Amino acid sequence: MRHELITDAVLVKNYMDGDESALSVLIHRHKQKIYSFIYSKVFDRDITEDIFQDAFIKVIKNLKLGKYNEEGKFLPWVMRISHNLVIDHFRRNNRMPKFDNSGDFNIFSVLGDSSLNAEKRLIKDQVDSDLRRVIEELPEDQKEVLMMRMYKDMSFKEISERTGVSINTALGRMRYALINLRKVIEKNNIILTN
Amino acid sequence: MAKLYSECSPKNDNLTPKEETVDFLLNYSKALSVIHYKNLKFEALQN
Repeated sequence: MRHELITDAVLVKNYMDGDESALSVLIHRHKQKIYSFIYSKVFDRDITEDIFQDAFIKVIKNLKLGKYNEEGKFLPWVMRISHNLVIDHFRRNNRMPKFDNSGDFNIFSVLGDSSLNAEKRLIKDQVDSDLRRVIEELPEDQKEVLMMRMYKDMSFKEISERTGVSINTALGRMRYALINLRKVIEKNNIILTN
Repeated sequence: MAKLYSECSPKNDNLTPKEETVDFLLNYSKALSVIHYKNLKFEALQN
């Protein structure tokens, strides 16, 4: 209670004169206001703790170096230092954005890992090999067109030139290839989805 | 009366720094000394 009677100005002067206990009183007197102020800006306990610590390190250095002119404004001065450190924190974070994933918005709902996991890769390999086996069952002319179109990504014009048939014939073979594939898949209850 | 669906602000009952942080600052202050030499000032951390 006795400490409450001593003004900040006197405590600051005592601290600058070497009284370490004065700093303890100053920190305990103002810690809640300063901490709350920082927390109201950053909403993260750990970051608040860091900024609070950095702010007082600056305060201690400035006081020990005699750079602070006491004008009865110790708390606003510390607040301003804290405010500047909060701005520094956000500037740093803008350059290197972080997502803490703690709120309602889940960043991973829009950012996905496009690579398949082990299970999905196994399923995809299985589907691919099943499909290859079904395609092997097709008549040679239909298989040829389908392979060129789907696996070699050729246009029907290129396919017609390569196989020596008209574009319409190539289109027709592709159509029958797909119809026959569906028939085989349905008949054998093959599931080709992952 | 219309319901308000705006988010409640988080309740923060204990908005004070950890004891360790305050202890660190007090120890840091004790360890930091400023050496004056002519017109120069040097900071020195002594453990």
